[in-house]
Amino acid sequence: MTTAPQQAGPDLTKVGPGPAPHHPVPPRRPRTRSLTRLLPLSPAVILLLLFLAGPIGYCAYIAFTDLQLTGQAHSSFVGFANFRAAFKDEEFLNAVWLTLVFTVLSSLIGQNTLGLALASLMQRASKPVRTLVGGIVITAWVLPEVVAGFLLYAFFRREGTLNAILDWLHLPSQNWLFTLPILAVSFANVWRGTAFSMLVYTAALNEIPKEITEAAEVDGAGGWRRMWHITLPMIRRSIGTNLMLNTLQTLSVFGLIWVMTRGGPGDKSQTLPLFMYEQAFQNSMIGYGTAVALLLLVVGALFSLVYVRLLRTEV
Amino acid sequence: MALSRTLPRTPRLTPRLTSRLADRRTTRRLAADVGLLVAAAAFALPLIWVVLSSVDPHANLRVKTPDGFTFGNFDAILTPEITFTPLLNSLILCGGATLLTVVCAALAAYPLSRFKSRLNRPFLLTILFTTSLPITAIMVPVYALFVQVNLIDTMQGTILFFAASQLPFAIWLMKNFMDGVPKELEEAAWTDGASAFQSLIRIVLPLMGPGVAVVTIFSFVMMWGNFFVPFMLLLTPDQMPASVSINEFFGNRGMVAYGQLAAFSVVYSTPVILLYVLIARRLGGGFALGGAVKG
Repeated sequence: MTTAPQQAGPDLTKVGPGPAPHHPVPPRRPRTRSLTRLLPLSPAVILLLLFLAGPIGYCAYIAFTDLQLTGQAHSSFVGFANFRAAFKDEEFLNAVWLTLVFTVLSSLIGQNTLGLALASLMQRASKPVRTLVGGIVITAWVLPEVVAGFLLYAFFRREGTLNAILDWLHLPSQNWLFTLPILAVSFANVWRGTAFSMLVYTAALNEIPKEITEAAEVDGAGGWRRMWHITLPMIRRSIGTNLMLNTLQTLSVFGLIWVMTRGGPGDKSQTLPLFMYEQAFQNSMIGYGTAVALLLLVVGALFSLVYVRLLRTEV
Repeated sequence: MALSRTLPRTPRLTPRLTSRLADRRTTRRLAADVGLLVAAAAFALPLIWVVLSSVDPHANLRVKTPDGFTFGNFDAILTPEITFTPLLNSLILCGGATLLTVVCAALAAYPLSRFKSRLNRPFLLTILFTTSLPITAIMVPVYALFVQVNLIDTMQGTILFFAASQLPFAIWLMKNFMDGVPKELEEAAWTDGASAFQSLIRIVLPLMGPGVAVVTIFSFVMMWGNFFVPFMLLLTPDQMPASVSINEFFGNRGMVAYGQLAAFSVVYSTPVILLYVLIARRLGGGFALGGAVKG
C-alpha cells in the first residue's frame, strides 16, 4: 500500500496530475492503437451507461408523462403538469420543508459540527480514549442502515432508553417518535453519519503543522481564537468537501427514516425520498413521483457540481 | 541582565513558560478525555442496548441489566427462513455485484492511470460527479425501466444495478491506488513484449493488493447495508437479502420480539464490522480511509 488516502473526500489521495510527470510524452501513435488502449474502459462505461445514465435519462423523460403503476394502456406527455402540480401540492411543500429541516439539523449543524468537535478533542486526548471513542463512533457508521434505524427506534420510543434517562434526571419524557419525529430522525442521522465528518476532520487536522498551533499558543491565543483564526481557515477546503458530501448523503436518506417512522405520524417526518416513494408506489403515480425524484436529482447534481469544482485541481 | 531583558522576546526558551504550557496541556488533555467519554457514552447507548438485549430473555426497549443470560434469542432466529436464506441472498447479491464492480474498476483504472489521453480528465471529473449523485432519487425510474426490460425481481438485474451504482467510486479509488504503483516496474515487461492486459494482471494488481482489498471490502460493506435498492428491485420474499427481510419480518410480527430483533441485528451486522476492522488495520488505524468513503 503505497498511497493510503490521507485527506478529505475522494480528494484524500493526492491525485495530482496522475503519473504524467514521471514519464516522457510517448511519440504519436496510430489512432487504432489509442482506441485499443481505451478498450479496458468499455465494461465500466457500458455498465454506467446502461444502469446509471439510462435511468437518469429515463427519469428526465417520465417526469413529463402521466405514467401510472397499473392498468394504463398508454402514458402521454403532459409537459410541466407534474411540476406545476407539485408546487401546488401541500404535501410536497411539506416534504421540501422537512427535507430542509432534516438536512440543516442533521448534516450542516449536527454531523459537521459534532464531527469537527470530536476530531479536535481527539487531537488532545490520550490515546486509549481516542481509540475507544473512534471505535464506537465508527461502529455506529458501519452498521447497516436498517439496523441503525432499529437501534434508534428503540432509543427514541416511549419505553426507550432516552425516556429512561430523562425520567432518571426528573425531566419530562415524551414519545419522541410521535411528538417530534423529524427531530428524532435528524438525531438518528447524526448518530449514524458523524463518523464520516470526524474522519475527514481528523485527517485534515493532522495535516496542520504543529509549529503553527504551538506558535499561536505561545503567543497567548486561547483555544477558541486558535480555532477561529488558525485551524478553521487552514482546513476550509476539507470543510467544503465535507459539507457537500454530508448534504448529498443526507438528501438521499431513505431506509433510516422508513424503519423509524415510515414518514409518519401522518407526514410529519416525510422527507422528499419518502414522499417520492409514496407517490410512485402507494398512489401509483410513477410520473408524478419521478418528477419529484428529478427535482431531488437536480438539487443533488448542483451540490455535486460545487463539490467537483472544489476538487477540480486534484484531477 | 541584558540577557534577561531579551528573554521575553523569545518566550519559547523560558523553562517556566514551558512547564506552564505543559501543565495547561495536561489539563486540556483531561478535559478532552472527559468530553470525549461523554460523547462516546451517548453514541454507545444504542449499541449497548442491542448487545445486551440479544442475550436477555426478557428484552425490552431500554438499556438494562439482562434478566439472565440466554442464547434463546439466537436459537430462535437461526433458522433457514429467518436468517440463513436472507444472509445467503445478501451474500450472492453483494458478492456478485462486488466481483463485477472490482473487475470493471480495475480494468477501467488501468488506462486512466497509465496512458495519457485528453479524455482522462473529463472522464475522471464525470466519475467524481457521479460518485456523489443521490442514487435514491433514480430508484423510481430504475424500477419503471426494469419492469419494461423484464429485469425486475431478478437477482442479475439487481446485481447489475448495484455494480453500476458502486462503480464510480470504485474506479476513483482504484485509479488513485494504481497511481501509487511506479510505472518503471512495468516498463521491463513492456519491452519484453507483454501486453497491457498481462502487465495489469501479473504486475500492477499484485503490487496493489491492499488497494484492491480496500475497494473490494468497501464496495461489499456498502452493498451489504443498502436497503433501498433491493427493497425497490426485488419483490419475491425468497430472494430478499437480509437488509429487507429483517424489516419485513419484524415489521409484520409486530415489534415485540425485541430480543430476537437484537440477536438478528447482531448476526447481520457482525460480518461488515469485522470486514471494516480488516481494512482499517490494513490502512493503519482506519482513519486513513477517512474521506475515501461514503460514495
